[in-house]
Amino acid sequence: MKTDLPFEPVARPEGVRHVTISFDGRDYDLPEGANLAAALLSLGERRFRATPVSGAPRGPFCMMGACFDCLVDIDGVTCQACMTEIREGMVILPARGRGQRP
Amino acid sequence: MTRCDLAIIGAGPAGLAAAAEAAGLGLSVVLLDEQPRPGGQIYRDVDRAGRLRGRILGADYLHGASLTGAVRAPGVTHIEQAKVWNLTVEGEVTYTRGEETAQISAKRLLLATGALERPMPLPGWTLPGVMTAGAGQILLKQSGLVARRAVLVGSGPLLYLVAVQMVRAGAPPLALVETPGGLGRALGALPQALRGWRTLMKGTGLLRELRRAGVRRYRRARDITIEGEGAATGLRFSAGGAQFIACDTVLLHHGVVPNVQISRALRLDHRWEAGQACFAPVLDAWGRSSAEAVFIAGDGAGIAGAKAAEYAGRVSAAEIARDLGRITQDERDRRSAGSRRALDAERAVRPFLDLAFPPAAEALAPADDTIVCRCEEVTGGDVRKTIRQGCLGPNQMKAFNRAGMGPCQGRYCGLTVTQILSQATGADPEATGYYRLRPPIKPVTLSEVAQLSEHQNPGADSKESRS
Ligand code: FES
Repeated sequence: MKTDLPFEPVARPEGVRHVTISFDGRDYDLPEGANLAAALLSLGERRFRATPVSGAPRGPFCMMGACFDCLVDIDGVTCQACMTEIREGMVILPARGRGQRP
Repeated sequence: MTRCDLAIIGAGPAGLAAAAEAAGLGLSVVLLDEQPRPGGQIYRDVDRAGRLRGRILGADYLHGASLTGAVRAPGVTHIEQAKVWNLTVEGEVTYTRGEETAQISAKRLLLATGALERPMPLPGWTLPGVMTAGAGQILLKQSGLVARRAVLVGSGPLLYLVAVQMVRAGAPPLALVETPGGLGRALGALPQALRGWRTLMKGTGLLRELRRAGVRRYRRARDITIEGEGAATGLRFSAGGAQFIACDTVLLHHGVVPNVQISRALRLDHRWEAGQACFAPVLDAWGRSSAEAVFIAGDGAGIAGAKAAEYAGRVSAAEIARDLGRITQDERDRRSAGSRRALDAERAVRPFLDLAFPPAAEALAPADDTIVCRCEEVTGGDVRKTIRQGCLGPNQMKAFNRAGMGPCQGRYCGLTVTQILSQATGADPEATGYYRLRPPIKPVTLSEVAQLSEHQNPGADSKESRS
């Protein structure tokens, strides 16, 4: 584990199947079912989206589904990374839009 | 459509305790929650994380494991990972789970959606690397992650608790930067608070642990700015002179406030709670709102903490059972007497805590160039400008600058906007009012809405898939 990352694991989960996902063009092996926002943060990813107004970078703020700053596009659908569990083969891009409203 | 006696929104302490109590009294209960596992934010993932990290998170957290069994109780249907996006005062609940949208029709509703962190608009608070202290704690509880070069900023017991948990996890925060407190004024409320002496003792225990660990504390910090290009790289403030701390993570906290998204969307009556500087729904002693069939328990009813939430959940459940004719008034009173006493004791300590740990003044009156509405990037100055243009209330203001109209629907700017407008116009916050919220209370896609008109019975499906 690199030591310059902003977050460190307290304990490494054991016996969990790892799956491959890609975020912003980078491939990662991550534990299946883990919280996506937390997993990306643990890899040093901090910029999850750019705001639709000024393009400013944003990352997870509340980790409880309330702030929408962790929005990412997963296989073409805008989702909150902090409310998403990792699944095999996810292709994730930083979100550009505002999140879906009817 | 699934029918039941009681639908509960939120599987934290209030929702779990209410579900167990109501099912025990013979009610059919549907418990909906956004998370995959029960516990709410305070007991997030307690069944798993308690085993792995119990020593770090502490006994108060582990207590949550005594509540989570409610999801398996006979009579309780737990629908996890459910995004509830529409409700009516008649007890209809619409939610989406995975691809499926479904509806429930309940005789009574109990909202147990807890608290949100009080918005803390400081310069730089939108930078990646800045999070709420609660978010830092959720990362630790659910994912076993701890920020390694972090500064904690603000005030309140949660700030101390998070700091202690980081110490125990082997990554003490670089510093605790505390905004001005009100211990002097709080002393007047101390005699009453002694009824909740256990809570107070815990607080002093946390401070002792921080001292032993050598965590640096800055008191009465002002002029706080988070610096960084593209991500947070440091915190600048004044506390006995100018200070700068280089860091990767800034955890903000100056109290929590009731999450009123649903109670507002249902048009329930609310009032301004001056002592807690927030709006709370108007409720009777049993948690019944201004709509007969809708009850609210836990921090969403007014901030009183996790133990109080648990007691309040049981109290509401007993009254709902009486209301539906399952028990007599005498039985209700007997059953809930202990919980009501315990609830009073928990609430007694609050005025002291509210006075001792007031919100940070500079975040209640953010500077003109500080972003207030994170979603639409509206600044304090933008809000003030609308007043000069003749705007008086938060709803009128939306048309000027889109504040509160982004996906978070005002969760992290609503209180700030009310306060800025109230400061500028001289009208009190109650008269100034709050955003008028409309369903959907969470963003939904067109296909999720469209499913409602299709001929199917997805509610029954999700019920079966649980058993
Ligand atoms: S971090 Fe706030 S919604 Fe995901």
